Amino acid sequence: MAKRYLLDFEKPLVELEKQIEQIKELARDSEVDVSQQLLQLETLAARRREEIFKSLTPAQKIQVARHPQRPSTLDFVQMFCDDWIELHGDRNGGDDMALIGGIGSINNRPVLMLGHQKGRDTKENVVRNFGMAKPGGYRKALRLMQHANRFSLPILTFIDTPGAYAGLKAEEQGQGEAIARNLREMFGLKVPIVATVIGEGGSGGALGIGVADRLLMFEHSVYTVASPEACASILWRDAAKAPEAASALKITGKDLLKLGIIDEVLPEPSGGNNWAPLDAGNTLKEAIEKHLNALLQMPEEELIEERYKKFRVLGKFIEANNIEEIYSEIPQKTE
Amino acid sequence: MSLIDWFAARRKDQFVGKVSQDTDEGDGLWVKCSECSQVAYRKDLISNCNVCSNCGHHNRINSDERINIIADKNSFEEFDRSLSPTDPLGFKDRRSYADRIKESQAGTGLRDGVVTGICSVNSMPLALAVMDFRFMGGSMGSVVGEKITRIIERATLENFPILIVCASGGARMQEGMLSLMQMAKISGALKKHKEKNLLYMPLLTHPTTGGVTASFAMLGDLILAEPKALIGFAGRRVIEQTLREKLPDNFQTAEYLLAHGFVDVIVKRKDLKDTLTKILKIHGVKELAKTNI
Repeated sequence: MAKRYLLDFEKPLVELEKQIEQIKELARDSEVDVSQQLLQLETLAARRREEIFKSLTPAQKIQVARHPQRPSTLDFVQMFCDDWIELHGDRNGGDDMALIGGIGSINNRPVLMLGHQKGRDTKENVVRNFGMAKPGGYRKALRLMQHANRFSLPILTFIDTPGAYAGLKAEEQGQGEAIARNLREMFGLKVPIVATVIGEGGSGGALGIGVADRLLMFEHSVYTVASPEACASILWRDAAKAPEAASALKITGKDLLKLGIIDEVLPEPSGGNNWAPLDAGNTLKEAIEKHLNALLQMPEEELIEERYKKFRVLGKFIEANNIEEIYSEIPQKTE
Repeated sequence: MSLIDWFAARRKDQFVGKVSQDTDEGDGLWVKCSECSQVAYRKDLISNCNVCSNCGHHNRINSDERINIIADKNSFEEFDRSLSPTDPLGFKDRRSYADRIKESQAGTGLRDGVVTGICSVNSMPLALAVMDFRFMGGSMGSVVGEKITRIIERATLENFPILIVCASGGARMQEGMLSLMQMAKISGALKKHKEKNLLYMPLLTHPTTGGVTASFAMLGDLILAEPKALIGFAGRRVIEQTLREKLPDNFQTAEYLLAHGFVDVIVKRKDLKDTLTKILKIHGVKELAKTNI
């Protein structure tokens, strides 16, 4: 197995794993029966791992969400279907490798799948631009979604981006316009859309393929309005406060479920999706099946109307004429 | 006190004095243009729509001043005045969000960063949303999103064209993901407006950035902008620092966007009402009967 990439809070597990390896080696070379000790240590390691991953802080979840071995869009596509054909190009002079899409079928149901694609190492990441799509990527996505709309293919999107690419060319080609258009046009698609935040959902770059009938999120995925690093340097004037910003911004599945923004949090294997990618694939496949089954029951018009309503109700505000009333309703935080 | 200290102290005093003079815009009969340093009589500047008569620099104006420029006299009817922000996340950075809200409300007399309503422009109806940069940098939270969505829905229902005057730093971080979702919410409402073949125009003013650019600012059937306004998705500093790309001087100005095909027309403030009138007329917007307003 390739060397695992360890996160800093996973370090306590390293010692245990080393011991397990040593005992295994010992057992190979001798007649001594070590299965008892081995079992004990493995149980202990599993329990430790579970403890650690049950109580991750939002900042730690970001690390898990960005784990280089976390299953990516193409990993899920491979797990889901064997008739996948990737489709390329925005028909406008480019093909963005950071946002990919194609057709295939899941359990004999034809679908369109698209999502951000990060790389595993530096070389891949240069090609994939770290999963940061350019305007062409969003335009390709829209082209494919409109194609799916014509041929009644349900749309599955996989969100995994630090954010839309910020650069000279991206601005010139209208990054804002490309995302904005997707937001508007996705409201008019007559096919069901299920979006899943499989890693990190970075702001507008995530939302650009995230206007969906169902929005799912893995347990250790995060979805942010601005990266905690950026938020910390703007509001705290100190980028080192990123962990505090991560907590304050409410970016975890649990928080977003409470705010009514997402529909379901998908559990991850202990240790995160990178520990057992196939389990993660099964979890996601089952969830997608379930939601698609429900959505495909709905007539087209109802589907579109429900999608509108889903976003229409988001937002928290007070409607009151008396300003004093308002002040008394704003929770006072004392510290 | 040594002579060096004395000079240092004097410099410090001068500096403080200068800053307070710049920020104190309330009094003073004379104003110095921040671009060309031309000194103008304040009343002249105001009667010229806050545009420098020497260099044409468009000073920032608040929502009231903007409405006065666009709407026929006494024709503006404001909606949803009573919507106020709350603090859904209990957000606190160096200061609490609740405090920031109160301070902005006290400073501006507004409840949040947008004023919406319906007015007439040379007797033609126009639904209007005007963002106010004074209120937390015009940032878009739940109230801004809700008020803009409501005015779009109203315009869709009553077959009115819409003008949204954008002035915003982007999504309001203090409301977290709820702010991001306003981008989708407003875009959805604009979809319905568009499907009825109604006219939507954003007017991009200084500055229009971030989540506002990535949603309603760029969704206009026709996109108008004020001269030299800063318009962009990502901040100039972000692009410069993190990506080390060299940027042209006029990067992300209204003129730059026009050259790259993302703005239809740059409108000087004094021509705004005329231009709107022409556009509305050409698009067949009927004059209202006098009794309606």
